[in-house]
Amino acid sequence: MSAWSEVVGGLRSVLRRPLHAWRTSMSLRVVTSTLALSLLVVGLIGVLLMGRITSGLLDAKERASVVEAGSGAADAQRQLDAANTGPQTTSATTLVDNVTNSLASRAGKPGLYEVVLLASPPKVGDTPERATNQVSDTSVPAELRTAVQDDQRQSWTYTEVRYTDGRVVPGLVVGAPLTLPSAGNPRYELYFLFPLTQEQSTLDLVKRTVLLVGILLVLTLVGVAYIVTRQVVTPVRYAARTAERFSAGYLTERMAVRGEDEMATLATSFNTMASSLQEQITRLEALSRVQQRFVSDVSHELRTPLTTVRMAADLLYESREDFDPATARSAELLQTQLDRFEALLSDLLEISRFDAGAAVLDAEPVDMRALVGRVIEAAAPLTERKGSVIRLTAPDAPCLVEVDARRIDRVLRNLVVNAVEHGEGRPVDVTVACDDDAVAVTVRDHGVGLRPGESSLVFSRFWRADPARARTTGGTGLGLSIALEDARLHGGWLQAWGQPGDGANLRLTLPRTVQGHLEESPLPLEPADAGPRVQTSLATPYREPRRSAPTVITAITPEPTPEPTPESESESTSEEVAP
Amino acid sequence: MTTVSWGVPLRASVVGATMTFVKGRVLVVDDDTALAEMLGIVLRTEGFEPVFCADGAKAVEAFRESKPDLVLLDLMLPGRDGIDVCRAIRAESGVPIVMLTAKTDTVDIVLGLESGADDYVVKPFKPKELVARVRTRLRRTDTAGPENLSIGDLQIDVAGHSVKRDGEPIALTPLEFDLLAALARKPWQVFTREVLLQEVWGYRHAADTRLVNVHVQRLRSKIEHDPERPQIVVTVRGVGYKAGPP
Repeated sequence: MSAWSEVVGGLRSVLRRPLHAWRTSMSLRVVTSTLALSLLVVGLIGVLLMGRITSGLLDAKERASVVEAGSGAADAQRQLDAANTGPQTTSATTLVDNVTNSLASRAGKPGLYEVVLLASPPKVGDTPERATNQVSDTSVPAELRTAVQDDQRQSWTYTEVRYTDGRVVPGLVVGAPLTLPSAGNPRYELYFLFPLTQEQSTLDLVKRTVLLVGILLVLTLVGVAYIVTRQVVTPVRYAARTAERFSAGYLTERMAVRGEDEMATLATSFNTMASSLQEQITRLEALSRVQQRFVSDVSHELRTPLTTVRMAADLLYESREDFDPATARSAELLQTQLDRFEALLSDLLEISRFDAGAAVLDAEPVDMRALVGRVIEAAAPLTERKGSVIRLTAPDAPCLVEVDARRIDRVLRNLVVNAVEHGEGRPVDVTVACDDDAVAVTVRDHGVGLRPGESSLVFSRFWRADPARARTTGGTGLGLSIALEDARLHGGWLQAWGQPGDGANLRLTLPRTVQGHLEESPLPLEPADAGPRVQTSLATPYREPRRSAPTVITAITPEPTPEPTPESESESTSEEVAP
Repeated sequence: MTTVSWGVPLRASVVGATMTFVKGRVLVVDDDTALAEMLGIVLRTEGFEPVFCADGAKAVEAFRESKPDLVLLDLMLPGRDGIDVCRAIRAESGVPIVMLTAKTDTVDIVLGLESGADDYVVKPFKPKELVARVRTRLRRTDTAGPENLSIGDLQIDVAGHSVKRDGEPIALTPLEFDLLAALARKPWQVFTREVLLQEVWGYRHAADTRLVNVHVQRLRSKIEHDPERPQIVVTVRGVGYKAGPP
């Protein structure tokens, strides 16, 4: 068995290169098929031609030979009959010699034919046999002899003329019965052997010529096919190279237009397409630059007055105890709403930066466990307030991964804060795992989970589970959208799983290196402790970023929390500082 | 190399019975008058002495006149770019510079840090946050008695705020000095960026590790024989930095 598979494997590896060349080279395919087809056609023509020429040559020779042999045989019979009518009976030997000699002289020199005179059985008395020019009597096939003896008329066939000195030439043998007018009238058969040496050499010449012409024809056809495919394939390859360079970003790449043939049309069309693409891309780039510039300007213009307002509000807030209750409450409201405004502004700017494609990945190797640990530590005040616990499961060895720590910190903070807020005070499980290609973090809460039919909304911008209570929950509604964009920027996945009454599980999977490609996550999306499945809601892995709608995703149901807290809302700006 | 003493002493004075503790003079370079005024109010409340300059072109001049203990510098200025001003001030002094920036893009922040700023605050910031940043930069670790450290082939006199190689002084900003001293105090320890942010910049929780990266680069360019292949401040891949073997 193994030997067989080895043979198959060996065969496959031997065949791999030719197979590859066959698949990838059009000229090889065209040349090969031309070779096969022209060999077939030229071979057929050659066979047909040879057949026609051979039969034409031999038919003429055969007719002439049969007539010649017929008259020869008639002459011989006449000669014998004449000898018989004479006064004295001649001996059989003399008769045979006479006939043979006269026929030999009739054949001429060099002989048109050879003559073999054989006695038919049953032999009566003295029955000498003769042959001219050392022709062996084995030249006459037994079947022909039988035919002549039985039918007593002229018969012929093709055979080989053998000489006693060993020469063998192809020939035609025509036989006729002959009766000797000697004692007992012994029956004889007279055979004329026409050597076909001339015809044979003619046919050989024709055969050689046909073969030579055929080979030349096949070679010419193959050469023509090669040249023709080269002529087609070379411009196609050139077009492919140009298109490749264009798609690699060399937008000024164009094809040279030569002549007015189809290739020229292709080149012209390609160039038109390239120009239009270049124009579009340039315009979009310009638009994107304008957008970035605008975002940057808005950012600065809005932020400076906001800073002043913020500082003033803070000052008022600090001294609110000196105010009357209405003013004091106003200062508090101003403070909290400014927090919200700030968070919203910075999230909007972040999102618009993603939309403009201006987000830059500033990656360096980080131990994911440490990153997660810090996020959990930072969430401690919120966790305490909610009466929840965060349980961390992480491997003992470092999980090094190339990430933009600032962004991933933001993603994790978002996931953890969300889980704690929607976890109804039940423990939140954070799990870190890594394999050779990827690092995954799951954040699992045991809150109300999701309501059916709310899938693929969790990462939508400004999506809220319950619009009626939305405004009281704080948060900008952009947190998970930004987190998803951050994950995409790393070439990673952010996915959600949830079940009614069984909480939710959010999983972040990142490739170990920036160029890495994700195949699978080290952690399952559906947690092992998930209850009996009410609804199947497994997300397909997120692969290619699409602007319009986030793929994935099952929705979790955020349970609105009664009072918003500034610390938990302003995720992107809060920065705790040592006094 | 000329010796420049960049250790700027704090102005602390005791006047009579009422203790007026002047914590330091802060030069505010910002074109937005409302913000500048508000900054002034906050700084004064906290006991600092603010000095203002609204024009980038006059910022260096104002710096020379007022001799501040710290500069709050807006990055977008009329007259002269904040980055330029930052470089100009850094060229003649090691005074702590804290950038005020509305831009959160990596490029802008890294550019600001590379031009010499010690720290940055992103608008809109809370007054407490700003004050904390200013305080940290003005803080001087008072060491009891002389403390001499060595790292690589450098000798550090902590009390005297000087770094010498073969008796030849090397000029470092106070921040770079703190960074080097922190590494030199525990040569066996690998410092994560977060720990350095905590020890040198005073951030209690993880902040922007780019601060550390940029300042380590600046420090290396001053103390390493070959900044491309550092031997004094060594990178530990995926973890942070540590002092090189002596």
